[in-house]
Amino acid sequence: MSDSQNNQPGLDPEVTEKLEQQTSELAESVNAGDYTRAMSIINELSDVRDQSLYREVGQLTRSLHEAIRNFQIDPRNAEQKEALSKMSDASDRLNYVVEMTNQAANRTMDLVEESMPLAHTMRDEAIELRDEWQRLRRREMAPAEFRELYGRIDRFFVSLTADSDALYHSLSEILLAQDFQDLTGQVIQKVTGLVKEVEENLLSLVVMASHVDQLTGTIHEIEEKEESAEKGVGPQVKADERDDVVSGQDDVDDLLSSLGF
Amino acid sequence: MKILIVDDFSTMRRIIKNLLRDLGFTNTDEADDGNTALPMLKSGKYDFLVTDWNMPGMSGFDLLKAVRADEQLKDLPILMVTAEAKRDQIIAAAQAGVNGYVVKPFTAATLKEKIEKIFERIH
Repeated sequence: MSDSQNNQPGLDPEVTEKLEQQTSELAESVNAGDYTRAMSIINELSDVRDQSLYREVGQLTRSLHEAIRNFQIDPRNAEQKEALSKMSDASDRLNYVVEMTNQAANRTMDLVEESMPLAHTMRDEAIELRDEWQRLRRREMAPAEFRELYGRIDRFFVSLTADSDALYHSLSEILLAQDFQDLTGQVIQKVTGLVKEVEENLLSLVVMASHVDQLTGTIHEIEEKEESAEKGVGPQVKADERDDVVSGQDDVDDLLSSLGF
Repeated sequence: MKILIVDDFSTMRRIIKNLLRDLGFTNTDEADDGNTALPMLKSGKYDFLVTDWNMPGMSGFDLLKAVRADEQLKDLPILMVTAEAKRDQIIAAAQAGVNGYVVKPFTAATLKEKIEKIFERIH
């Protein structure tokens, strides 16, 4: 066991007490030349270690079982088998969020794509009628042309009413399409709750496993894996708090122009 | 002017397609990652490529490198429109030969400005 682990909490006080007592006894026996006694103390020491190891492993196993039961990953009875595990439920829920946001985005874009030509037509017709109207005011219009304009203005009013009704309808549909925020927000909050719960349970399992490591004197060498930026890491959630991330298009432009772009 | 839009999300492709149409570019095609885009680029005579970075399969960064390494495609103007916002990534994209870099979320004005800037340079 390394020195750095000496201060770790967790070992049973009973165990540490025995450890201390027997270590000093061991030293005494070796000093006194009583090697038979020394060997038997070493055996006792290893027994103490084994006993506490079994106890910790037992606890770890029980907690693991508990955790698995909590998340219903391992359905035992028909009822549980029927019910989805919370985990696969969580991924279903997130898929639902993707589906809902996709639907809302497409619905909104459908309506926008329907509305844009209406707005264009209104604008074009209004421009033409304005020009005609000004010709009339300048008295540049023949009576036949005026009669034609008269009819045209009439038709414009009719289509203006219909088109603005259609636009209004599209806009209120777009408004309604934003209800996904409420629904997906609730789902995401539920999943966030589950993730927190899982994290807490995993953390207590890790603490327990560290007791086993202590008893067996295991030291893990965990390599730090660096994320490859080439693959792409997606949107930065807390861009403002980081130096290695740009905070917007202006930052990108500054960076690129500093590179001579 | 024939433009290929590459993004794994169909909604984002649709947004870019609409914005390009408003800018007067009506001849656009779509692909959902680099693996689909590359053969299209090789056979399709495109004048401009708009690509996302983070996509399953072949990423936009790999697509950028593949295009620059291809004798026939190497001069194709490329605009990256992406949520990737690390300085290292932007520098890497610039070094790999990207012509413009737009971070999501973006505005129509930004997209317009970057596209116009790219065309100003090549014409």
